[in-house]
Amino acid sequence: MELQDLYRDVILDHNRRPRNFGPLEAADVSVEGFNPLCGDRLTLRLRMDGGKIADIRFDGQGCAISTASASLMTEAVKGLTKTQALELFDRVHRLLTDDAASPDDLGKLAALSGVREFPARVKCASLCWHTLASALHSPAAGVLPAVSTE
Amino acid sequence: MSSLAVRDQRSAFDVKAVRAEFPILQRLVHGKPLAYLDNGASAQRPNAVIDAVDDYERHHHANIHRGVHTLSQEATALYEGARDRLVRFINARSRHEVIFVRGTTEAINLVAQSYARPLLKAGDEVLITHLEHHANIVPWQIVCEQTGAKLLVAPMDASGEVHVESVEALLGPRTRLFACAHVSNALGTVLPVRRLIAAAKARGIATLIDGAQAVPHTAVDVQELGCDFYAFSGHKLFGPTGIGVLYGREALLERMPPWQGGGDMILTVSFEKTTYNALPYKFEAGTPNISGAIGLGAAVDFLQALDLQAAHAHEHALLEYATRALSGLDYLRIIGTASAKASLISFTVDGAHPHDLGTILDQDGIAIRTGHHCAMPVMEFFKVPATARASFAFYNTFEEIDRLAASIARARAMFA
Repeated sequence: MELQDLYRDVILDHNRRPRNFGPLEAADVSVEGFNPLCGDRLTLRLRMDGGKIADIRFDGQGCAISTASASLMTEAVKGLTKTQALELFDRVHRLLTDDAASPDDLGKLAALSGVREFPARVKCASLCWHTLASALHSPAAGVLPAVSTE
Repeated sequence: MSSLAVRDQRSAFDVKAVRAEFPILQRLVHGKPLAYLDNGASAQRPNAVIDAVDDYERHHHANIHRGVHTLSQEATALYEGARDRLVRFINARSRHEVIFVRGTTEAINLVAQSYARPLLKAGDEVLITHLEHHANIVPWQIVCEQTGAKLLVAPMDASGEVHVESVEALLGPRTRLFACAHVSNALGTVLPVRRLIAAAKARGIATLIDGAQAVPHTAVDVQELGCDFYAFSGHKLFGPTGIGVLYGREALLERMPPWQGGGDMILTVSFEKTTYNALPYKFEAGTPNISGAIGLGAAVDFLQALDLQAAHAHEHALLEYATRALSGLDYLRIIGTASAKASLISFTVDGAHPHDLGTILDQDGIAIRTGHHCAMPVMEFFKVPATARASFAFYNTFEEIDRLAASIARARAMFA
């Protein structure tokens, strides 16, 4: 269990300079995610177009792991269909919890694989993904009920 | 950093000898000596406690207050002997006033449901302060919802102090109970409880003090304080988890209905009428945490065998040393700067979230608490989502604080 494995350069970079951070004009869906254990909070806003995630942005306050995970996620899912994004959610979830899961083909998201060595931090990395899944599963647009990792 | 010689002058307390009594302090974490700075969450146990519990489990366990056989009598004697130690420890008037509960949380819930609930009418008021732990907020919210009473909150200032005048301003003709922490778990603030209790008493208002963070750091004399109720937990006092104490003034406890019904709390039961047992058993329904109580009794014996004044002086020296060491880091903000503080420091570091700090410090063998400390209104007040908290016990050392400061600097460098 090495600290460098958790805080890889990609993670540190996305924490320092989160991508797609801030409000999103003309969002169709807005969901808040909350991790009561550490107080991490993020709001995810999506604009859908023709069944695809046309744009996605987030803001909020969280640790390096949760900020970087959200930043990486927004980059990875932009342009994906709902089904593709949910498939990616499943793969990342396995990556975070299953030692046998391979990070291959996950691109920058592979940087999250170090988190599984730190069980107390898995929720930090998965908060944004659960929040996204909730947004994508919702049949209606608008502001959805908050997602909690507890 | 000061030299070893200067440190020794500051503290006549034999830390090395005390540390030898706590086996867990000898262990390594991630290959580094454990620096346990999370005493506010739970303190470690000395051999005396571990051995007392072990001896009970191996040689004396049986149910108490029933059975004429030898083991039952031995277990009863040990359990009640522990109560006697607690009576002396807080200077209660009698064993009727010391009720064993699961911990501070259960003690406060007991008072909310058994004392406050029958008393409160719609429009009555319960007063707490802004810096309370959730355990001293939520039980009052529940009972207020049940009765139509209102929960009022006395403010704190920017340093995290609660002033007697701001509490007095809210003690009104409808106030039925005032509850506050003796020491804030999130900020370390020592509240002026003597004066707060006196102000409430002068108006005929009952008082409850949440002493969870105070008993490990200061001698508590409930008669001298004059409060009606005082609650604390065993595991923050170097004892086991799942055991704590509710002190209550006998006259009030006598008038209160039982909280939970069951065995041990009754004298006679028929389907028509049950008569309740005397204090303190009226509030101890069911088989209690016998080994926990015995362990807590042993913890109190251990503490009383120490030079407690020197131990507390050492803790204060640790607080001053840590405050100076951390204040020297210009990217670090100490949350809670009251003039009177117990030996804990809450802080935030620019650019490094408390949760990341906690993970990085852990890799260096340093255990601190990170999060909202079950005091979300305090976090909201200081506009932070969470803090890191180092909380010290008498077995901590200046060297551990040096390691803390160095590890924080390392974490900061990583995120800068």
